Amino acid sequence: MSNWKLICPLEDIPQLGSRVVQRATGGDIAIFRNASDEVFALHDKCPHKNGPLSQGIVHGKRVTCPLHGWNIGLEDGHAVAPDVGSCGKFEVKVENGMVMLAV
Amino acid sequence: MSKPRLVLIGNGMAGVRTVEELLKIKPDHYDITIFGAEPHPNYNRILLSPVLAGEMQVKDIILNELDWYAENNIKLHTGKQIKTIDRVKRKVIAEDGTEEEYDRLLIATGSTPFMLPIPGNDLPGVIGYRDIKDTDEMIDAATRHKHAVVIGGGLLGLEAANGLKLRGMDVTVVHLGPWLLERQLDEVAGKMLQKSLEDKGLKFLLQTQTEALIQGESGRVAAIRFKDGLQIPADLVVMAAGIRPNYALAEKSGIYCNRGIVVNDTMQTYDPKIYAVGECVSHRGIAYGLVAPLFEQAKVAANHLAGYGIGRYTGSVTSTKLKVTGIDLFSAGEFMGGEGYEEIILNDPYGGVYKKLVIKENKLVGGVMYGDTADGPWYFQLLKDKRDIHDMRDALIFGQSLVGDVGHAGNSKAAEMADSAEVCGCNGVTKGTIVKAIKEKGLFTLDEVKKHTKAASSCGSCAGLVEQILASTIGGAYTPAALDSKPICGCTDHSHKAVREAIVSRHLTTKEAVFEALEWKTPNGCDKCRPAINYYLISSHPHEAKDDPQSRFINERAHANIQKDGTYSVVPRMWGGLTTPAELRAIADAAEKYNVPTVKVTGGQRIDLLGVKKEDLPAMWADLNAAGMVSGHAYGKSIRTVKTCVGAEHCRFGTQRSMDMGVKLEKMLFDMYSPHKVKLAVSGCPRNCAEAGIKDVGVIGVDSGYELYIGGNGGIKTEVAQFLCKVKTDEEVMEYSGAFLQLYREEGWYLERTCHYMERVGLDYIKSKILEDEEGRKAYYQRLLDSLKDAKDPWETSRAAQPVKQFIPIKLEA
Repeated sequence: MSNWKLICPLEDIPQLGSRVVQRATGGDIAIFRNASDEVFALHDKCPHKNGPLSQGIVHGKRVTCPLHGWNIGLEDGHAVAPDVGSCGKFEVKVENGMVMLAV
Repeated sequence: MSKPRLVLIGNGMAGVRTVEELLKIKPDHYDITIFGAEPHPNYNRILLSPVLAGEMQVKDIILNELDWYAENNIKLHTGKQIKTIDRVKRKVIAEDGTEEEYDRLLIATGSTPFMLPIPGNDLPGVIGYRDIKDTDEMIDAATRHKHAVVIGGGLLGLEAANGLKLRGMDVTVVHLGPWLLERQLDEVAGKMLQKSLEDKGLKFLLQTQTEALIQGESGRVAAIRFKDGLQIPADLVVMAAGIRPNYALAEKSGIYCNRGIVVNDTMQTYDPKIYAVGECVSHRGIAYGLVAPLFEQAKVAANHLAGYGIGRYTGSVTSTKLKVTGIDLFSAGEFMGGEGYEEIILNDPYGGVYKKLVIKENKLVGGVMYGDTADGPWYFQLLKDKRDIHDMRDALIFGQSLVGDVGHAGNSKAAEMADSAEVCGCNGVTKGTIVKAIKEKGLFTLDEVKKHTKAASSCGSCAGLVEQILASTIGGAYTPAALDSKPICGCTDHSHKAVREAIVSRHLTTKEAVFEALEWKTPNGCDKCRPAINYYLISSHPHEAKDDPQSRFINERAHANIQKDGTYSVVPRMWGGLTTPAELRAIADAAEKYNVPTVKVTGGQRIDLLGVKKEDLPAMWADLNAAGMVSGHAYGKSIRTVKTCVGAEHCRFGTQRSMDMGVKLEKMLFDMYSPHKVKLAVSGCPRNCAEAGIKDVGVIGVDSGYELYIGGNGGIKTEVAQFLCKVKTDEEVMEYSGAFLQLYREEGWYLERTCHYMERVGLDYIKSKILEDEEGRKAYYQRLLDSLKDAKDPWETSRAAQPVKQFIPIKLEA
């Protein structure tokens, strides 16, 4: 069973932006919010050269890594073709305006 | 509800390309069915010649494998010729009785070789040259027969002749015209071509008309007789005397045809449910037989089939390359010249090089190149862009590298490069990798090559070279898009120019308004278009359009430069490269307090603190602000630095107070955002210690005032700044350089440096705006000052505003 952790109010993540969640172990998680207020959570490491995806530009359901411009799908963590690779994704949801992350 | 049905007649390059474009912009819109008369999936017809010459295999030239059709849920009928189009019941019927109904029909039936109406033209051994079957037949004939005759000395005929020769046949080319390729070459180049082909063992009969083909005892063709009575043996006759649009089916179905299926600018026929593309089409009276125009047509047709209704096809300028290994020729536009045209000719018959450029009203309108065609695509681009070539006219004939139009990599000619040679230094991509991707993945555009190989996708300095490789690999199929009309990115068909014009003329002030007004294909753009739009909005409507941080690259959001490990580098501003002990002390304190691992002096006379954690940025800014320092904008598409030498303040050679001047300029330009980064330098004398010759604006003090230079660049492509003018006072330096930078801010495309902008519009144009029009210059200068009038330090604004939260990670307790 998922253990849902309260992260922050939805407003604390800008639209088409992100926040970084630091964990004691296992690396940072990036939580993204798109234009339609959907939230997504990915491991904050681009499959290419470990760029911090949280710092990228969010568009549609994708984020562009700030280091070398790979596009990563927010829903599945897969790199958009022709690039190949994927990064871990996490369950995340919004309840009563609060962002919850499954850990 | 079921989807509308789209049926495509013709499984060739134009038709399938249209379907591909359609799937790209509106997948799943139609149920798609494709009929092809040939038994093969879509292949690259242009590469049949290399197949005939034994340089490629049929499998190498397949563009869409059967899997592709399956993956896209396309129903494919191969080997089925359509017999009837029933426009009333809206269905097509194939010869074997297969029927498919349609809501939209796309006809792309291509062309057929023109068979001369002479006796014997239907004998066995007499063929056209069009498809894999013809190619196989020629390859087969070469193994069993000796004498081949090719009728027609055009591109196709010569490629066929070359291939048959390589396969061991004795080949004669019969040509009606006075020289070979008379539609592509002038007489000099035509004769040079003939000479090199003769050296390869081909024989030619020019100005010769065929009378009859004569049957031998076996029933196969055995000889060819000409009007002058000459008769020569021929076991294989290839008719390459032209192609005819294949529109019989359309005409029979009552669709209006006139030497092709007549279409309007949206590729629609007289029956609104029916579209047509490719060689079967007559558009504004022209039927194109080259692939590049067909791809442009495909794009337009797809857009209309998708129901977007934007984009018109208005005809194409075409260029030609002959695919005969070892012979390089290129021609484009109005290459014949003559009265009313100016010609620049380079003729080296011994070296085997001939180049002719045809110029009209300071624009390149055509050209022929023989022996050295590496610059063909570049000339073609100049031609399509209608670039004013006045300022580079004297060196134009020597090509791009001498005009200084390419970076370090462009000096080596693409075709001569070894496969192992590195093309893209940023991403470590070799020529071999690029060529392999082009061939295997069927790539046709620079964008596709960028996506698949990453070449030219970082700094972009090798883009010209990649284009050359593309051109030399796929030959005539390659067409560079005119700069003015290149779409910004995959989210739109609109160019930078069109988007900015819409923002200004329709007074659009938000990105949402732009997306809506210009019918963006994606909900909120992408990392390419959003930063560009954001820049156009804030530069076109200063103080009105609101900056959108989420449309900026991270560096401009964090006011620091992201590094490979995700840390940032912080550069405080030092006006004109000047600092004080107090500032240095504050920088040293900040470096120690935030454990900065690396402190470095930059090329722009600043101090860089590298390796700062993002969460420390706001506090570090606060400390530096407290010491009176502000952001150095070392991260932005913005004013970066004004470098200075010590000048007349201290230097025994100094003629002007360069430090003062530099500080004034830097204060004037503080917080200026621009299409790309902007760097200035002020030197106090012509010894030029501040290196003003490679800056966007370089100021050099002389005894009587200052010389201004513009458009220099010390980076990707070293570009020497051009002399703009001489002025007397400090105020004039500010006015002239400010006006130039504002002109660049208003007209430069996003991510276009001043040197590229200047290359595009020409120095004369800039002079006409800045030097010759005093009122205009003052207006530009005033607009610059207005848009910068309440510039604020982004560090301070950022600290004060809400977004500071974004710098702080959320800690998750275990």
